[in-house]
Amino acid sequence: MSTKNSLRNFNIRDKGAAIWSGWNRFQRTSFGIAMILLAGALPFAGNYSFSNFLNTPISNFADVLVYPVGMFVLMSLGLNIVVGKSGMLDLGYVAFFAIGAYTMAICGKWTDLNTWEILPLGIAFAMIAGVLLGIPTLRLRGDYLAIVTMGFGEIVRITALNTQKIGGPNGMANVPNPPSIHTPVGVLDFNIMTPNSFYWFVLILILLTIWMIRRLSVRRPGRAWEAIRQDEDAAELMGVPTLKYKIWSFTLGAGVGGAAGVVYASKTLYVSPDAFTFNISVLILSCVVFGGIGNIWGVVLGGVFLAYLPERIRFISNARQLVFGLTLVIIMNFRPDGILPRKKREKLHAPAAESGAK
Amino acid sequence: MHTLISQFWQLTFSGAVQGFIYILISLGYTMVYGVLRMINFANSEIFMVGTFATIVVSRDILGHQPNSGDLHGFTLIYSMLFCLIASMLASGITAVIVELVAYRRLRSRGTNRLAPLISAIGMSIVLSESVSLLTAGRATIAPEMLHKSSLFTVLGANIRVDQLLVFIVAPIMFFGLQRFVNHTRLGKGIRAVSMNEETAKLMGVNLNRVISITFLIGGLMTGAAAFFFETVYEATKFNIGFNIGIAAFTAAVLGGIGNIRGAFVGGLTLGLLETYASAVLGSQWKAITVFVVLVLVLLVRPNGLFGEAIQQSRV
Repeated sequence: MSTKNSLRNFNIRDKGAAIWSGWNRFQRTSFGIAMILLAGALPFAGNYSFSNFLNTPISNFADVLVYPVGMFVLMSLGLNIVVGKSGMLDLGYVAFFAIGAYTMAICGKWTDLNTWEILPLGIAFAMIAGVLLGIPTLRLRGDYLAIVTMGFGEIVRITALNTQKIGGPNGMANVPNPPSIHTPVGVLDFNIMTPNSFYWFVLILILLTIWMIRRLSVRRPGRAWEAIRQDEDAAELMGVPTLKYKIWSFTLGAGVGGAAGVVYASKTLYVSPDAFTFNISVLILSCVVFGGIGNIWGVVLGGVFLAYLPERIRFISNARQLVFGLTLVIIMNFRPDGILPRKKREKLHAPAAESGAK
Repeated sequence: MHTLISQFWQLTFSGAVQGFIYILISLGYTMVYGVLRMINFANSEIFMVGTFATIVVSRDILGHQPNSGDLHGFTLIYSMLFCLIASMLASGITAVIVELVAYRRLRSRGTNRLAPLISAIGMSIVLSESVSLLTAGRATIAPEMLHKSSLFTVLGANIRVDQLLVFIVAPIMFFGLQRFVNHTRLGKGIRAVSMNEETAKLMGVNLNRVISITFLIGGLMTGAAAFFFETVYEATKFNIGFNIGIAAFTAAVLGGIGNIRGAFVGGLTLGLLETYASAVLGSQWKAITVFVVLVLVLLVRPNGLFGEAIQQSRV
């Protein structure tokens, strides 16, 4: 029993935070750079004997790193702003991914814009959709919000499915790749042969998102989200404009989803409504909760693990979804706060908010 | 629009039948939400298990084949009863297992609200993927037990015998359930837990038992819906629960989730709306119409048409 308990209470996050707080600025910076370089070198891991256990059978490892792994991590981070930071359950996150992807496909095919110019457009459209959906619906709470967002996800998908102008059920093929980038050390090509460049691009987007969340967390919006998550009525009474910050959180999350969609479309060169089903929303939400809701590193870990696992075990192709489901059940039962839970301190202060309306 | 006017009563009848199926499924969502304040995400798969139980019993145990012709008289009655009971039991037992595996441990530890949701999602993936492996992902055709003959015509609407069966039996089951919740000792326990878990516990309600029974009843009703669904549509697949589950959940929210009477109104409204909308706009847009209506209703009445909580089901 005692070993079971210690396993249950073992919190890597607190251990990690303890070590981190003991470091000086130089140590922190060098550790950060080392981690980023390590992440950047990940596509080469499959080539060496000491790391080729990571290799995914059947699909190309570097491709898997872009989609699903990189995309899922990016979207989980975006959804984490909504679900983890401000505590709103969003079951239709895939809608913003779809909006980003369709923006890329439509603008890329019908105009002369290239991916780098469409990226801000895609983010903007997703954010506008976020605001338009947010203003009427964010007055709702809890599970009602969940079903409305779920409905929105389905509305976007069904609209794409039934609009013949953007391909209907057949989707849109021949979406252009991003143009090459000329760097001092050489030309970075983006085409089907170079998944590494896409991976690095996604990595940069992920780092930017992490940076944005970390900056916002310690500033006014982050504090407002935290207050809303713990007790919305109390926050409102204390003068936090809750609706405004909820819309902000929703919109930022939507923007990240839109960015992921743009990259996805220009990587796979093909978008169709089948890629934006409710299952994706559920998967992303699983990544967030599985890794450790509200904790950036937990969410990253959850995204990597849940996107990578089904690809890694593809050799049991038929049963891999089954194994995936079992993993969700088992891990949630034994670590309900996720693999890397958020800081214990926050939980001690808010037992009521954590256990919800139970 | 022309179709809607010329076939209004026909559409109303089939919409109501569809609505009654939704009502029974949405009870699986609404009962569980009432006592746990959690979405029973695996209910769509509980429905799916029921549809397969119906087919397995009629095909493998009773030996009916899809092409063996219609049944008559006594054989028909006992076959249908047997299938109905099997479907209800299969779904009910699955629901109890889902509660044991996905909810109980997390509930007793009082964790955040999303953890049980994810473990229920996990359970629903496990259920649908197991069935997908067993059936090789193919659709399964049910033996036709009830000949789909039209009995009579009312106001220009053809009343088919299978639809009439749903139309009569489903409301009886619903009102039976409502009586159970409102007039029995166990029902009182369920209402007590849905009002206040802590107080109910202090008053001597066996919490675990009440929650198990709530899942069981939700499962039984979902199983009955699965049987009716098979009687009308006669085919199933491992992922059949998904869309119908979303629709039933929407119905529960429309009426006010956690509220049994709300499930009735929500299910019926949804069934009718869906049918009217597909007649006017074409069936590909019906899901959107439903969601748009749901959003509009929630904007005006944020707790659904009838508000939350099982305890309000006392008329």
